[in-house]
Amino acid sequence: MHKFLFQLTVFIYFVSTVGFLIHIITLRKDAERIAAVFLFAGFGFHTAAFLMRWFAGGHPPLVNLHDSLSFTAWAMVGSFILFQWCCKLKSLGAFVVPFALIIMTASSFQSTEILPLPPALKSIWLPIHAIICLFADAIFALAFCIAIMFLLQERQIKKKRLGAVFKRLPSLETLDAMNERCLTVGFPLLTLGIVTGSIWAEKAWGSYWSWDPKETWSLITWFVYAALFHQRLTVGWRGRKAAIMTLVGFAVLIFTFLGVSLLFSGAHSYATWLK
Amino acid sequence: MPLGLNRPQIVLLGVNHNTAPLEVRERLSLSESDTPALKLFAGLSSCTEVVFLSTCNRVEVLVSTNCMDEVKESIKELWMDKGKMDFKTLRGALYEYEGMFAVRHLFRVASSLDSMVVGEPQILGQLKHAYRVALEANTAGMVLNRLLHKAFSVAKRVRTETRIASHAVSISYAAVELAKKIFGDLSGKNGMLIGAGEMAELAAQHLMASGADRLVVANRTLSRAVKLARSLGGSAISLEEVGDALVDADIVISSTGAPGIILSKDQVKRIMRPRRHRLLFFIDIAVPRDIDPKVNEIDNVYLYDIDDLKGVIEFNKAEREKEAFKADRMVEAEVIKFMAWLESLNVVPVIQHLQEKAEAVRQREISRSHKVLESLNDEQQKALDILTRSIVQKILHDPIVCIKKGAQEKNNEMILDAACRLFGIDGLEDTERQQDKGLSDG
Repeated sequence: MHKFLFQLTVFIYFVSTVGFLIHIITLRKDAERIAAVFLFAGFGFHTAAFLMRWFAGGHPPLVNLHDSLSFTAWAMVGSFILFQWCCKLKSLGAFVVPFALIIMTASSFQSTEILPLPPALKSIWLPIHAIICLFADAIFALAFCIAIMFLLQERQIKKKRLGAVFKRLPSLETLDAMNERCLTVGFPLLTLGIVTGSIWAEKAWGSYWSWDPKETWSLITWFVYAALFHQRLTVGWRGRKAAIMTLVGFAVLIFTFLGVSLLFSGAHSYATWLK
Repeated sequence: MPLGLNRPQIVLLGVNHNTAPLEVRERLSLSESDTPALKLFAGLSSCTEVVFLSTCNRVEVLVSTNCMDEVKESIKELWMDKGKMDFKTLRGALYEYEGMFAVRHLFRVASSLDSMVVGEPQILGQLKHAYRVALEANTAGMVLNRLLHKAFSVAKRVRTETRIASHAVSISYAAVELAKKIFGDLSGKNGMLIGAGEMAELAAQHLMASGADRLVVANRTLSRAVKLARSLGGSAISLEEVGDALVDADIVISSTGAPGIILSKDQVKRIMRPRRHRLLFFIDIAVPRDIDPKVNEIDNVYLYDIDDLKGVIEFNKAEREKEAFKADRMVEAEVIKFMAWLESLNVVPVIQHLQEKAEAVRQREISRSHKVLESLNDEQQKALDILTRSIVQKILHDPIVCIKKGAQEKNNEMILDAACRLFGIDGLEDTERQQDKGLSDG
């Protein structure tokens, strides 16, 4: 059942993506409204799929790559809905929802089998640590979309090409402010994720930090975002530089998320997991 | 047959920015005359209703009349007399529209299709104002009421259904639109004027109207800066203080007459740190330029000079031309509808006359039999009255329906002509007077 719900969610996100893309191309308001309705529905099914998978497996479905990707997409869509509700940002949907769809598609190619949980992961810290980390990832993915929009718009204005793209994107300062907001939410979450992970590690293996590749790369990611956060607060870094830095941070984050898990072996490795 | 001419006709005389220089327009606005221009026009005997529109780009008199040629002549005479113009200048500048052409012109003016800057929104407000003045002075009646209301609704439709007004086409508009794309909301933003040129002043005005918070005016002569700052609600500084003041500014409009560059890249670069890299938008409308073009290379700084803005405007203008086609089609449809209504008006006096004549006949015949009828009691007299009335009504019913139907058709003169001949209606003085009364009451 949860598999069917998952597939249904992917399909509905696809429809929503098409709707948002039609909206950004033709500027038709009804397309956006329909896309939003579908996104809501998709989010509902997604939530149901997650809960049913939890119920079916008897443990939080946050263990393998399929789960992590799916949960990240879920958190992304959830944050996006929340975001649009408090401060609507024009055309954001056309960037975020396709991205979430890509993540979902990637997730759907992964094995959806529910394996019994190894004893090392049986802990209340699994959902706490995983949910915080994946939420941080989702928020940074949102920040990434906003940074892309900023750089696109910035380029239009700098090069004085005030055509179709210019018309469709929000103003620079709004985008920059939203980017900052994502950072102020995402960075504490990332920090908290690393801290909870380290506490869990101490409980499970008796050491807070063991330089496992995931840990190392998480720290590197943390440093990149910390640098950006610091620069924003002290020197008032913003605009183009901050946007580029957001992209760099996200690239490192993706490597931490995917690269480390697939390339190296360790506690977080899905590669060894599947064997 | 005088009847056909009896329907109110619409005449529009005027000049605009294309046909007359500012000086002529000023004179024709009759602003120096003691009596308001509207009253002067309303005083003309041939003029039934009048609305007078005077803006900086056009002066127009819109009249509803029963004798077109006379009203045109007397308006021109009045203009020559009160505006102190000679006939040749006036004739060279004036356009005269009658009937359908006048209606179309008015609709186009209201929809801002005839404006210097097509799609600019002020003209509709100005026209509404002119109409309100006419209403207050009681110079607009049934015909112009309907015409003006139609004009407003056409303008509104054009505005909402075409994108004619959605593109900024003047320098100051374009500058503010751009500022909005950089800063989003302009509230809380600080503007700065360097130099006190007219165009910069306009842009600054527009900036303040769009919500900008504070304005600083810098000028070589401080007194001029102080004066301008006061009129715009800002503060004044000298040209030397610009460097420091830039730290707080967000939108800078520069238009000095300086022969060279007054703001270099290094100067701007230096202030970016103290201003914590907040976005900075320069609009350089001076010729030659005031601000080093290289300033645009600095991160978070955007510089647009007058050519860049013109580029924006040209692009938008082309978009507008396309939309103007659509708008003209909408105007045309409304003109046809209005003319149909107007044409149907000339049946009103004929029908009125017909009814009056019949009633007169009835009265006369009753009073002729006065002696015989006197012996009847009240009830019987009342019954007789009702009887005769209903005979008259029944007989007239079909002809009136026929005339009314004919009114909807284009050339209804034939049927009116026939009606007048059949029923022997010719003297029109009475009905005319009545028509006038009906109009001014309307």
